[in-house]
Amino acid sequence: MAYSDKVIDHYENPRNVGQLDEKARNVGTGMVGAPACGDVMRLQIEVSEEGIIEDAKFKTYGCGSAIASSSLLTEWVKGKTLEEARQIKNTDIAEELALPPVKVHCSVLAEDAIKAAIEDYASKQEG
Amino acid sequence: MKLPIYLDYSATTPVDERVAEKMCRCLTLDGTFGNPASRSHPFGWEAEKLVDEARAQVAGLVNADPREIVFTSGATESDNLAIKGAAHFYRKRGKHIVTVKTEHKAVLDTCRQLEREGFEVTYLDVEPNGLLDPEKFRGALREETVLASVMHVNNEIGVIQDIAALGEICREKKVVFHVDAAQSAGKVEIDLQALPVDLMSFSAHKIYGPKGIGALYVRRKPRVRLEAQMHGGGHERGMRSGTLATHQIVGMGEAFRIAGEEMAAENARILALRNRLWDGIRDMEEVYVNGDLEQRIAGNLNVSFNFVEGESLMMALKDMAVSSGSACTSASLEPSYVLRALGREDELAHSSIRFTLGRYTTEEEVDYVVAKLREQVQRLRDLSPLWDMYKAGIDLKSVQWAAH
Repeated sequence: MAYSDKVIDHYENPRNVGQLDEKARNVGTGMVGAPACGDVMRLQIEVSEEGIIEDAKFKTYGCGSAIASSSLLTEWVKGKTLEEARQIKNTDIAEELALPPVKVHCSVLAEDAIKAAIEDYASKQEG
Repeated sequence: MKLPIYLDYSATTPVDERVAEKMCRCLTLDGTFGNPASRSHPFGWEAEKLVDEARAQVAGLVNADPREIVFTSGATESDNLAIKGAAHFYRKRGKHIVTVKTEHKAVLDTCRQLEREGFEVTYLDVEPNGLLDPEKFRGALREETVLASVMHVNNEIGVIQDIAALGEICREKKVVFHVDAAQSAGKVEIDLQALPVDLMSFSAHKIYGPKGIGALYVRRKPRVRLEAQMHGGGHERGMRSGTLATHQIVGMGEAFRIAGEEMAAENARILALRNRLWDGIRDMEEVYVNGDLEQRIAGNLNVSFNFVEGESLMMALKDMAVSSGSACTSASLEPSYVLRALGREDELAHSSIRFTLGRYTTEEEVDYVVAKLREQVQRLRDLSPLWDMYKAGIDLKSVQWAAH
């Protein structure tokens, strides 16, 4: 299978790889997928008092398209409000990276990851 | 050194130059282009002579009688002819077949077809090292079992089944024994005078011959009967009709001749290279060989790099041609059924890479691969949340994953 240039670029030079302090109150963590299925994404966001995503980090176990989807997502969410980030659709990611149909599930996983991270952040604010 | 490096010799091999040269002489007007079945002129006679020579060369590698060799289009057709042909011919004796879960799809799918026709098939498990326990095999054979099919060498993990022991059991139980030898001919000694095997499938393109040609060995003493699957002019003793492809057959013959002469030296050389590859990576953390390392052909190394997904690793190894058991490399999104049959966890199956070395692999290439592998596995592990968790001492099995 041939990969798009954008997938290769993100795969070879992934943006925002790393880890934020999971326990911090202003950090939301989303971990989705399963090792048995061949992909696991961990996406973390650091949110300011004003509700703006100031930083985002990821680590992904998965194929090149899964790595590229999560890398792209961290670029997109930075500077966005939580509400704006929630609006990101997997189809936007799939389109930007020109993912073939068999790889669309990678973009779905990325959408699940940002939703889970926002959820986690929100639950911390309630507590 | 030329890039990309070819390390997928179990998928196919380049045609040996000596083979290609002989093949080219059977195509054009000034070559031996005749139909080997033409009895009325020298064009046919000459072609027939070359086919006879090639048949003897193929038989020679496995110590068979040339009259026991039936040319086909490849090992897939040979498997189909052997399994369907024997099952159909002997169906009055019984309708039970025994095979193994790690067989090639050409065997498994043919068995599925026979199930649709009313046969019953037992698919045996293998041990964690990929080998079949002969006693479990014996236990699966019944009064109404007509045929057993077990591959000699597995295409993914390269393990060698004890076909001598399995064949003895079949003799004792009066069961026809078929062996798919697509991955073993030219790599493992095969002596059909000594081995209790009734039917054996061969391929040319796995041992530096052309694609599109193979053969089926059909034992004469004791005689094994088959129902033809391809009908027509009655070629190949009525077992496989169709004009004989002289150039393909000549190519297969030459490839088998070379294999017979060079196998011992070639195996020693390739084994040294494979050991060099394994020695170069075995001290890395969480690296596992899939399948028995001793009962294995020289050219195969199938390794799982835990916490790294196979397809992403293949992407990193873009200047080498390897294959992976990862689901992402297959259309089905299922990881390798062979590795799963060994009882490997799915994550290790997803993380597997198959390296197969061959005639043109060099030490320089192996060293390049080792260096690339070490660097890229580390890079991808630094990207992997599972590696983080492993390093933090978290048991991944204790985590509640959301399967998707």
